[in-house]
Amino acid sequence: MQIYDLVIIGAGPAGITAAVYAARQNLNFVVISRDIGGQTALSAEVENYTGYQVISGPELVQRFEEHMHKYNINLRENENVLNLKKNGENFLIKTDKAEYLANCVIIASGKQSEQLNVPGEPEFKNRGLAYCAICDGPIFAGKNVAVIGGGNSALDAASILIKIAKHVYIINNAENLKGDQLLRQKIEQAANVTILNKSQVLAVAGDKFVKSIKIKNNGQEQELAVEGVFVEIGLVPNSEFAKEVKRNQKKEIMIDIHNQTNIAGIFAAGDVTDVPEKQIIIAAGEGSKAALSAFGYLARKKTGNK
Amino acid sequence: MVKSIKVYTTPTCPWCIRVKNFLRDNKINFQNFDVSSDQSAADEMVKKSGQMGVPVIDIDGQIIVGFDQERIKLALGL
Repeated sequence: MQIYDLVIIGAGPAGITAAVYAARQNLNFVVISRDIGGQTALSAEVENYTGYQVISGPELVQRFEEHMHKYNINLRENENVLNLKKNGENFLIKTDKAEYLANCVIIASGKQSEQLNVPGEPEFKNRGLAYCAICDGPIFAGKNVAVIGGGNSALDAASILIKIAKHVYIINNAENLKGDQLLRQKIEQAANVTILNKSQVLAVAGDKFVKSIKIKNNGQEQELAVEGVFVEIGLVPNSEFAKEVKRNQKKEIMIDIHNQTNIAGIFAAGDVTDVPEKQIIIAAGEGSKAALSAFGYLARKKTGNK
Repeated sequence: MVKSIKVYTTPTCPWCIRVKNFLRDNKINFQNFDVSSDQSAADEMVKKSGQMGVPVIDIDGQIIVGFDQERIKLALGL
């Protein structure tokens, strides 16, 4: 098996930026990713990425991708990394399709939506239960829907859905909605919204498709007739495959200021790490930083000065 | 030879954009249905695929849910 200089896991802002840097250094590398763009591809409007005053998430991803494909990049899309481990002097990456050996690794696998963990969730996934309002929202035109969550991503989903759906219920665990004030006001003022604070989802029910959800509102159980349920209760890092790498309580990969993890040769960048803020522009910056650290590591390894 | 390719999408979903780009890159003709504005296409998509997620690709009656590159390639004989 050939040994790559570098394997980059993930192709969101961090992974793609790392790939651009690696390509410019002529490294022999491969990018392995489940998708392209990660959460950015699911964002509605991005208004804080320097150089673009307003750009939609999918469009920004397209620009990232175009930039990446300017170079001849070995990209393995639709591939999930199952395991990453030390293998003597290098690293072994096992995916659901193949195995790779690399001298160093950049983990930029991002985060994904957290699951509700209630009865009905596995059965009704894509049958009324959705995790991406911008993708699947339009299918629920004129229908009653529920958004689960009370933070920025829930507000984002609600702001998309109030324009499409007949009525939007927001099922919020806390006493009040959190998140951006302007967004909150916009949603609170919408005519077709009911905000249910101090509420939890107990179950998702239906026949072939979702028909209702059972909730507990202020201690009272009740049933809401909805055909769509959008789960926006937060994000979890995609770090399960990196069991040997040190992670914090939130399962974020712990890095130093050089994006180095506890294992020499494994770097990490972006939302999968414990970097203090999760922003597209920060993830991109971290991706470049991780790539530069990786070059340094490879150069030292080559000269035998570890 | 593949005869009919229908793609059910919404304008905003990133996977829908990828499916359409993929087909275009491979010079495959297809019919696109925007299920956000075409309710009968939305119903047809749900009926065909038994689910409500986009994109759905119908290749001569073979239904593929999501941008499953391998299955799409196989179905198209690429």
